[in-house]
Amino acid sequence: MPDTADREYIAAIDQGTTSSRCIVFDHDGRVVSVDQKEHEQIFPKPGWVEHDALEIWANVQEVVAGALEKAKITKDQVKAIGITNQRETTLLWDKNTGVPVHHAIVWQDTRTDALCRMLGRNVGQDRFRRQTGLPLSSYFAGPKIRWLLDNVEGLRERAERGELLFGTMDSWVIWNLTGGVNGGVHVTDVTNASRTMLMNLRTLAWDESILASMEVPAAVLPEIRSSSEIYGTAKGGVLDGVPVASALGDQQAALFGQTCYSVGEGKSTYGTGTFLLMNTGTEAINSYAGLVTTVGYRIGDQQPVFALEGSIAVTGALVQWMRDQMGLIKSAAEIETLALSVEDNGGAYFVPAFSGLFAPYWRADARGVIAGLTRYVTKAHLARAVLEATAWQTREIVDAMKKDSGMELTTLKVDGGMTSNNLLMQSISDFLDVPVVRPMVSETTCLGAAYAAGLAVGFWSDVEDLRRNWRRAAEWTPDMDPAERDKEYQFWLKAVQRTMGWLGEES
Amino acid sequence: MARTIQSLERAAAVLRLLAGGERRLGLSDIASSIGLAKGTTHGLLRTLQQEGFVEQDPHSGKYQLGAELLRLGNSYLDVHELRARALVWTDDLARSSGESAYLGVLHQQGVLIVHHVFRPDDSRQVLEVGAMQPLHSTALGKVLAAFDPVAHNEALETGFEAITERTVTEPADFEALLDDVRARGWASDVGETWEGVASVAAPILDRRKVPVGAVGITGAEERMLGPEGLHQRLVAAVRDCARSVSRDLGAGRF
Repeated sequence: MPDTADREYIAAIDQGTTSSRCIVFDHDGRVVSVDQKEHEQIFPKPGWVEHDALEIWANVQEVVAGALEKAKITKDQVKAIGITNQRETTLLWDKNTGVPVHHAIVWQDTRTDALCRMLGRNVGQDRFRRQTGLPLSSYFAGPKIRWLLDNVEGLRERAERGELLFGTMDSWVIWNLTGGVNGGVHVTDVTNASRTMLMNLRTLAWDESILASMEVPAAVLPEIRSSSEIYGTAKGGVLDGVPVASALGDQQAALFGQTCYSVGEGKSTYGTGTFLLMNTGTEAINSYAGLVTTVGYRIGDQQPVFALEGSIAVTGALVQWMRDQMGLIKSAAEIETLALSVEDNGGAYFVPAFSGLFAPYWRADARGVIAGLTRYVTKAHLARAVLEATAWQTREIVDAMKKDSGMELTTLKVDGGMTSNNLLMQSISDFLDVPVVRPMVSETTCLGAAYAAGLAVGFWSDVEDLRRNWRRAAEWTPDMDPAERDKEYQFWLKAVQRTMGWLGEES
Repeated sequence: MARTIQSLERAAAVLRLLAGGERRLGLSDIASSIGLAKGTTHGLLRTLQQEGFVEQDPHSGKYQLGAELLRLGNSYLDVHELRARALVWTDDLARSSGESAYLGVLHQQGVLIVHHVFRPDDSRQVLEVGAMQPLHSTALGKVLAAFDPVAHNEALETGFEAITERTVTEPADFEALLDDVRARGWASDVGETWEGVASVAAPILDRRKVPVGAVGITGAEERMLGPEGLHQRLVAAVRDCARSVSRDLGAGRF
């Protein structure tokens, strides 16, 4: 490791779904040190997922100390702290004691399904879409707050008396970092607020009519701030006195870390599932094609930048399924070896609608299908079909974005674990007919939070400064006959049709 | 057929016995089953245990097949697994060296490039994954030939074509060169494959110290070379990367 004694750094905290991490970055955007700690996943009932927010806060403190120690630096060398977090996970805590009144309800938790249907009234899931950009779905924070106030004894009264504070994990971490009960600041950033279903995208303020419909008292809500400004300074702990200067939801942080600062630039993060976000500029674009409209980021008092978001539920999870449930491969990486043992998919198409079809179809009655089977098809063809499923689903999201925004995606920036799969990256480039580019730092989520924090304190001067840090590690260029591409896409779309309506009245 | 070695036959009998029927057997069960004295059987078991082919349960004292046997049948490291493990380290190598990084494995008579990270200067570059490079002239190839006997044989059989004026073409010179590579733990190629281009590479070893591939950087001679030859910081960066990937393979493979 180079001598770090007199150099300056930014620390980014990533409070994620399975773990909390802290990464220290230098001025070139390079990773200097990483520390990470997992926390418990609590499953009280089928479909319910909770986190212990006190455990999370303890872990955050531990990984921050760990990362500084590994980097062999002191807090005086840390110019700012940035926060990124699992989105939508909802917590209420007591303002005076700092103790959570219930476990945090995690974004994946489906306990608000029925509540969301009820909130849709006669309008359905798009009741609040015009104001918030979101469909009524159990992911988002607003209905989770409502559930807590309705179902935990005494909470509504305490909330109305102003004794409780609500926050997604960014708010919880910032409030604790800046002193907690001793003057901690109660804030959230626009990107996290845009996932509550309570913020109006045009005003970037809490929407009073939605608060009334959702029966959430304004007293519990944090102040909405930009993604890049000094919210306060850390009090106590190893970072005492360091400015806390950014907050971004994890996917928005990745967009920022991938330096997608121009309209039409997009990134796709390939993990268990996949999240694709495209910068659509300073106007929020309504989606009619099944995407979500969200705030991409806002730097200080500059104009907010919006994004369209499409998510794919099953991508890496399908490879894991081939490994764990089917036993066709021993490790995830082997899917590529198997797939490369044949020239093509042999006519097989695999639509992994394991829990219905998500963007852009939103069909809960769909279930997975392997179509086009003949005696010719081998497990190697299925391996191809598995990888192609991720590539075609990316294509569907990109097509939907084009439909909604009229913008042409010029390049797709990728990150996440599946980017080590060369065949997959080439297939995505082939199916989208655009170059696919992988950056040199794979930790784009933490990097985005670090960048936003560094901008706020002048560690980096502007986004152009950040762009200069971006380095291309690999690029895949399209190499597929257009007629072949169209023919394959038609087969894929036909296979998708086969999944719909599987669940009927009887279920 | 030539004379066989009795102790190997007996060891094979022990392994076959442990592979079938009950999972764990005591010393006397094994001795009586294969019809040998306890002392002889114990000697066989101790040797097999040292090699990792047999394990002894610390509580019951009974014997069972060892993990090493499973590894023997399973030792092929998937190249895509290798790439996934190397990804972070090779990114860092390209970044710290300022040159493009490559990961290569032996494939038929040459080096197959299984991973490539661009030189971090924003210039147009083409992904070279899937390309083949010669064994006898490239840094990656020399590392493989020096540390992997199979690669060594392939290099000798393929011969030493003069690709540039600097390519080593005499078998004796090549052997001397490989001795050097083994002694210092890395190989170089200065204009021996491409005019004006230099590379450095080091071996990636798995937990049993078996070479599974090579990692290296390639760049223009004027950047890679100083008055005293290859820049030592570049050599150090390549070796650090090779060690990190090797450590990752050793720590997490089983």
